[in-house]
Amino acid sequence: MSAVKTKSSFGVAQLILFLSIAILVVIVAFPVMLILFNAFWVGDQFNFQGAIEILQQPATYEALRNSLIIATMSTIGSTIVGTFFAWLVTRTDLPHKTFMKSMFLVPFMLPSFIGAMAWKMLLSPNAGFINRFFMDNFGFTGPIFNIYSYLGISLVEVMYLFPFVFIQVCGALERMDPTLEESARISGAGLFTITRKITIPLVLPSILSGALLIMLYSMAHFGTVAVLGIENGIYNIPVLIYERIHQSAGSFESIRLGTVLATVLVVSAAFIIWLQRKILGSGHYQIIGGKSFRPMELKLRGLRIPMMLFCFAYIGFTIVLPTVVIFLVGSLKTYGLSFSPENLSLDNFKFILFEFDVTRDAIFNSVSLGFTAAIITMFAGVMISYVIVKMKVRGKGILEFLGMLPFSVPGSVIALGVILAWSGQFGINIYNTVWIILVAYIARYMAFSLKANSAALEQVHDSLVEASRACGATMWQSLRDIVLPLVRPGMLAAFFLIFLPSLRELTVSIMLYAPTTRTSGVAIYTLNEDGETVISAALAAIALIIIVIGQTIINKVTKKAGV
Amino acid sequence: MSYVRLVNVTKRFGDVIAVNNLNYEIGKGECFSMLGPSGCGKTTTLRMVAGFEDLTEGEVWVGDRLLSSPAKNHYTPPEKRNFGMVFQAFAVWPHLSVYENVAFPLRIRKLDEKEIDQRTMDALRATNLVSAKDGSPDYLSGGGKQRVALARALAINPDVMLLDEPLSSLDPHLREEMRFEIKDLQMKYGFSIIYVTHDQSEAMALSDRILVMKLGVVQQIDTPLNIYNHPANKFVFSFIGLSNFLSAKNEGGRAVVPNHSGQLPASFVVPENLAGETDVSFASRPSEIDFTTMEDPEGLHGVITRKAFLGEIVDYQMQVGDQFLRVQKGRRDPGPEPGESCAVKFLRPFWYAENE
Repeated sequence: MSAVKTKSSFGVAQLILFLSIAILVVIVAFPVMLILFNAFWVGDQFNFQGAIEILQQPATYEALRNSLIIATMSTIGSTIVGTFFAWLVTRTDLPHKTFMKSMFLVPFMLPSFIGAMAWKMLLSPNAGFINRFFMDNFGFTGPIFNIYSYLGISLVEVMYLFPFVFIQVCGALERMDPTLEESARISGAGLFTITRKITIPLVLPSILSGALLIMLYSMAHFGTVAVLGIENGIYNIPVLIYERIHQSAGSFESIRLGTVLATVLVVSAAFIIWLQRKILGSGHYQIIGGKSFRPMELKLRGLRIPMMLFCFAYIGFTIVLPTVVIFLVGSLKTYGLSFSPENLSLDNFKFILFEFDVTRDAIFNSVSLGFTAAIITMFAGVMISYVIVKMKVRGKGILEFLGMLPFSVPGSVIALGVILAWSGQFGINIYNTVWIILVAYIARYMAFSLKANSAALEQVHDSLVEASRACGATMWQSLRDIVLPLVRPGMLAAFFLIFLPSLRELTVSIMLYAPTTRTSGVAIYTLNEDGETVISAALAAIALIIIVIGQTIINKVTKKAGV
Repeated sequence: MSYVRLVNVTKRFGDVIAVNNLNYEIGKGECFSMLGPSGCGKTTTLRMVAGFEDLTEGEVWVGDRLLSSPAKNHYTPPEKRNFGMVFQAFAVWPHLSVYENVAFPLRIRKLDEKEIDQRTMDALRATNLVSAKDGSPDYLSGGGKQRVALARALAINPDVMLLDEPLSSLDPHLREEMRFEIKDLQMKYGFSIIYVTHDQSEAMALSDRILVMKLGVVQQIDTPLNIYNHPANKFVFSFIGLSNFLSAKNEGGRAVVPNHSGQLPASFVVPENLAGETDVSFASRPSEIDFTTMEDPEGLHGVITRKAFLGEIVDYQMQVGDQFLRVQKGRRDPGPEPGESCAVKFLRPFWYAENE
């Protein structure tokens, strides 16, 4: 059933399709193509050998290895933590489950590089508060834990990435038809057997899909490794790309190295996405039930209170402690002073909000960039999704393929791609301006918009438009009066899904910023690197406040809109 | 010879009484249905028998085995009750083949491989699933999935089969077919059935006895025929089959239909047991009303307002005062046309208090 099939709208349909393809090509496909091209073509010649040689250099090989090690460790850790907590809050009689569940989702909105900064303050080998505390009070001669290590980096990533698995598995466990387990029970199976033979196999696709998402994210993740790894020479792919391009101010060699490494990221991302789709496609069972009886709850009995305390300890240690540290350090007069009342004040906050132009500009840049990118991406996304979900026009296949691209291109790749595309080689030079960041944000967040909008559009059955046409409305009137109001919640969701993360964006902005175009993420990171720990923490604290307020507004708005 | 026994079973969710002091006994090999509108407590009762819900009060017995008794602090978990159960949403496991679905309860019981295979194949044969046994049940139709669920429940050869609206997710014509398949399987295997449904024709077709329930309280337990012919109260009358109710005023023992100017039947008299009521209700089934002459003293006069041809039957709407009666006649009896005045007489009417 196609919504557009009359002759008169044929031209319009083609126009929309063309426009949609053009947007995706210019914004996403073209920069990615340039990366692949630059990786393998030097001058006018195809040069595969050169790319291999770059990968064999010790530094690049090391970065590849590190990306893989950290991603693997983070993925395994997050999957275990996420699945365990998901099971705990959906299938046991743990006290305060609703509260726990909302707390476990908090890391989703906290920027991981700010968390990494907090852990650096807490656990850096010599100056970390926790390490110092043990060395000063208990006679430890060395640090009890060194956060500048593979394990340290991976643990911090786990704290911020496990919600990907948690939310997927929670969803699967909650929606799963309880009678699937009840029928095993009436067949004579005990709870342990049911968990092993029925529940876990049924939610396995969700677990794996969450795990792959984490793998994808972690391999291309800049912030945590940049904050915690550089000290000890632990680089991963995005950090190496950034360091080389930054140090050489964009030399040919560094760009070439970047494109080769970016190609590795693109290929592994494509592979991961392919694998995820395969798993979801082959194993995504219809396990959603009709009746809503509560699923069986495992009685924890004697473990009930210890488990609750464990959850509270986890939340306190991984969420509350780092946040508190950021706020406390942000209030210190000078870094290194103790947290006694006379050393704490609000002066730093006043300074960065009203006096220091770097931070003031950074906040302004982030808010205006985020807002503009969100508006543009929201409208482009609804148009593209409409073509993909609703229209039957020739050439839609190209668009479907292009629409997949934003999902599989990591941030640092996008940044590198827009540098190649928009720094004058093709007639437009917006390098070192705020516009290049905007273009990169649009490319980076297009995936969110497509996802939210197609989900909303799929809910709008074709017959609704057909009914409106039958009542005498034209295609355009139907779109305006029927489709648009119905997908408005999806558009709203898309807007916030883009606006909020862009407020704290680091991976893309760090590659593209110029002295006057710092974003708040960049400002926090660079101030911290320059040793302005206190100012950086204060700015991070303000960013956290803005994000929490924004998230609260979203929750209110989307709940009202029924998303 | 009772086999399953529910004694004073009560279930409360907070302040809400979902099931109120339920007592019944089911014989071995009997098919017993629990029938009622949604929210009447029938599924909760079944889940208490299965062991998925605790009882607030009362006892559940099977044979001489006590299964649940909060007073005696006794509770046998569902996996130890040895029941077969079929759910509305099929609940077949998509990650296991049809064969493995059916073999699952046998594997749990750690039978030897030969016996597992034999009993699985028996159950698959009984449900016509042999050709589908190696595939995933995900590829089967709704009816196919429900057969897998039935086969799985049959495999352990249970004494009691619990069926929770097993046919509600199926197409209407398939529903009728499966009804008889279930009945045939029962004949063959001889298990008792406790069957929960909101579909009265399903309950009628399958059951030896039916329990009609409303808001957690039993209204009547009887054979399908007696439930239909001798409904215990107004609710049962209205819930089973089509029904007409005419509200009337009790004027000194004579029932009077408000705003009705024509003739009332000579026998329109409020029965003794309702003498104290001022508002009464006159109940009849549309198929148990005949057209008669205007002169018949037992005739109720009214005007035909609608006539619909439904194939086998013709459906009339008749206005009596400001109320309406539905009358159904075979298509071969020529009846009055819309706008015509007519008279009807009632073959088997019932009287109830208006606010029963």
